[in-house]
Amino acid sequence: MSMTPNTTSMPSHHILSVLVQNRAGVLARVSSLFARRGYNIFSLAVAPTEDPDFSRITIVVDVESAPLEQIVKQLFKLIDVVKISELDPRRSVERELMMATVRVASEDRGQVVELANIFEGKILAVGTEAITVSLEGSPDKLDDFEELLRGYGIVELQRTGRVALPKLDKEARTRPHKNGKAS
Amino acid sequence: MTEQITGAQALIRALELENVDTIFGLPGGCILPAYDPLLDSHIRHILVRHEQGAGHMAEGYAHVTGRPGVALVTSGPAATNMVTPLCDAYMDSIPMICITGQVPTSAIGTDAFQECDTVGITRSVTKHNELVMSADEIPLIVRQAFHIATTGRPGPVLIDVPKDCLQNMMTWHWPTDEEVLESLPGYRPNTKGHSRMIKEAARLILDSKQPVLYVGGGVLKARAADTLRELAELINTPVVTTLMARGAFPDSHPLCLGMPGMHGNATAITAMQKSDLLINLGARFDDRITGKVSTFAPDAKIIHVDIDPAEQGKVRRPDVPIVGDCRLVIEELVKTIKEMLANGEVQADISAWKSRVSGWQEQFPMYYSPNEPGEALKPQFCLEKLHELAPAGTILCSGVGQHQMFSSQFWKFEEPYTWVNSGGLGTMGFSIPAAIGAKVARPDRTVWAVDGDGCFQMTAQELVTASVERIPIKVAVLNNSYLGMVRQWQEMFYDERYSEVYLSPELPDFVKWAEAMGCVGIRVESPEEVEPAIALANSINDRSVVVEFRVDAGEKVFPMVPAGFGNDDVLLHPNQNDRREFLR
Ligand SMILES: Cc1ncc(C[n+]2csc(CCOP(=O)(O)OP(=O)(O)O)c2C)c(N)n1
Ligand SMILES: [Mg+2]
Repeated sequence: MSMTPNTTSMPSHHILSVLVQNRAGVLARVSSLFARRGYNIFSLAVAPTEDPDFSRITIVVDVESAPLEQIVKQLFKLIDVVKISELDPRRSVERELMMATVRVASEDRGQVVELANIFEGKILAVGTEAITVSLEGSPDKLDDFEELLRGYGIVELQRTGRVALPKLDKEARTRPHKNGKAS
Repeated sequence: MTEQITGAQALIRALELENVDTIFGLPGGCILPAYDPLLDSHIRHILVRHEQGAGHMAEGYAHVTGRPGVALVTSGPAATNMVTPLCDAYMDSIPMICITGQVPTSAIGTDAFQECDTVGITRSVTKHNELVMSADEIPLIVRQAFHIATTGRPGPVLIDVPKDCLQNMMTWHWPTDEEVLESLPGYRPNTKGHSRMIKEAARLILDSKQPVLYVGGGVLKARAADTLRELAELINTPVVTTLMARGAFPDSHPLCLGMPGMHGNATAITAMQKSDLLINLGARFDDRITGKVSTFAPDAKIIHVDIDPAEQGKVRRPDVPIVGDCRLVIEELVKTIKEMLANGEVQADISAWKSRVSGWQEQFPMYYSPNEPGEALKPQFCLEKLHELAPAGTILCSGVGQHQMFSSQFWKFEEPYTWVNSGGLGTMGFSIPAAIGAKVARPDRTVWAVDGDGCFQMTAQELVTASVERIPIKVAVLNNSYLGMVRQWQEMFYDERYSEVYLSPELPDFVKWAEAMGCVGIRVESPEEVEPAIALANSINDRSVVVEFRVDAGEKVFPMVPAGFGNDDVLLHPNQNDRREFLR
């Protein structure tokens, strides 16, 4: 479940990496908390971690809808939420995957293939009237690629929403919120 | 130990082990298996007439004991009937356990008979909820539920149990404390305040020239009334008690200013507005207290003690946030201040502030126009008499509306846990079932429910429960023939255009209705009848009593801070308006 509008700069966005107990209903708890409190989710990606008892939810939040601090504190109140780290976009690596089917006649197909090559994307399928490409990379790069594909006519497009981890450089790359556990 | 029992037996045993003595409930298809072992248990079951009643009874029980109230109901419509009390308990941080039946696991998701998505529906009105997936999980989930409901910021927890999980055999195992904690790695409420923050708070308190202790329901939840009193007397500081905290500090105490907020008294409201330091203990800057937030207590620094970190800065940014249990934090605060005083520090002179506050108290006592001969009875007069004649330790419950505000304003609360009401959700119909729950928990106490004629008609049928189960409560219906509070808003803010607020003075016949439910019914129409009727009601202890007071339909609640206005714009009783400038 994901929905990633185009963003090149993201001053009003923050990435929350939320470690949760991997249990039925946990995603519903998180998403209904956002809905109930009027916070906007920009994108959301979820999958189990290396320890199958836990999942990591990467949420990009729109902090114009509420102060980040409130969002984090309310999330902490969910019993299934174990830890929340706010990832500073400058100190983290972000990746996203996009797939797109572009309508393109066979004579122009070469242009799209070339574009995909420049971006280090992949050609997944080729038809007489259309071509399906994929690209994995930073959200900005995906934005650019999407913009260029648009000129050809996008039939279908799907982005996963970003996942992120702290960069492996220097000291503290995460700022774990240590307000203690909520009650 | 490898004892094999059914999930239902495990459920009832788990409740026994959690020291449950009373369950409020009503059986049905999916929860049926749990009702069988209940026959062999010492737990008292109170059979309600509507599940909402079970929920509010559990709340009333929890209000007066601090222990979680337990409700047991079936699936589908019974679960949806529980939504209101769950939300009520969630808003007022009442510990409560609600167990709902569910269709068998194999039928979940098929729109089976009486299936509903109970955990989905109740997710946002519970502190936590859980769908049981196998009989083996029952003991752990019950232990988790009690732990979550009663620790940190208390609240309701719902357990949804599919029928097959109740019927299946399981190997009995009662989880240890460690197992419970391990199973909840994300739940570690912080109870002890940060010592540096407590020192900072003590510093601010000693330096403040115009302090106010702003006391909320958290003080009662933390059982901190004694500690609060010690602190208030140590720093000689005026105390306001919010609607949720009435009784946390004695109304008769010279430092007590009573209730602030939309219908608070002028002194409590104004003292907060003019204060230079609000010491918020377990309150949450609710909109009914602050009025328009941007004009609320503009010059006050804020110390905010709350066990829920999310309350810090939610409405008003504190200068000193302290996350912790009110009792532990206040104890530390008292200790710290005493040490500072012992080290030669002195508290700022607050005598000018105190005399300003007493000036307001003299000018603006709670006031209503007295009963005029031949004219309608005043509801406030009834409240005063109810209080005057109440046996010591009486517990007062109320519904929601004008009568609720008159109750809070004109009753004098001296003891904690003697006031039970629906603050956050404002649930009409709360009082009768809540009073029943309170009486079950405290059979030694007299329990009065003050109700409106509108509210009474929402949950009165629980008086049948009270009669059958021999739980004698007393109900004062302030019958003004109107949805009075709404009528007041229409009179004041909608040009007296009354739209759908008139009930009827004659219908229903409250006396006959009371009698039909096995209660004594008494009607009071004039001021002279008030005292004898209350005395009679107080003398009847073998059944419930309903006293209908026919009161003035035109009476309004004052003071009032109209919604959307700031507290400086408080509307006083018309007879006090000429003194307005004293509030500056
Ligand atoms: C369940 C519910 N429905 C509607 C309301 C809105 N409401 C608040 S007070 C009130 C009037 C209550 O009438 P009554 O019980 O007669 O009390 P009165 O104000 O007349 O004392 C209403 C309708 C509510 N609080 N709760
Ligand atoms: Mg009424």
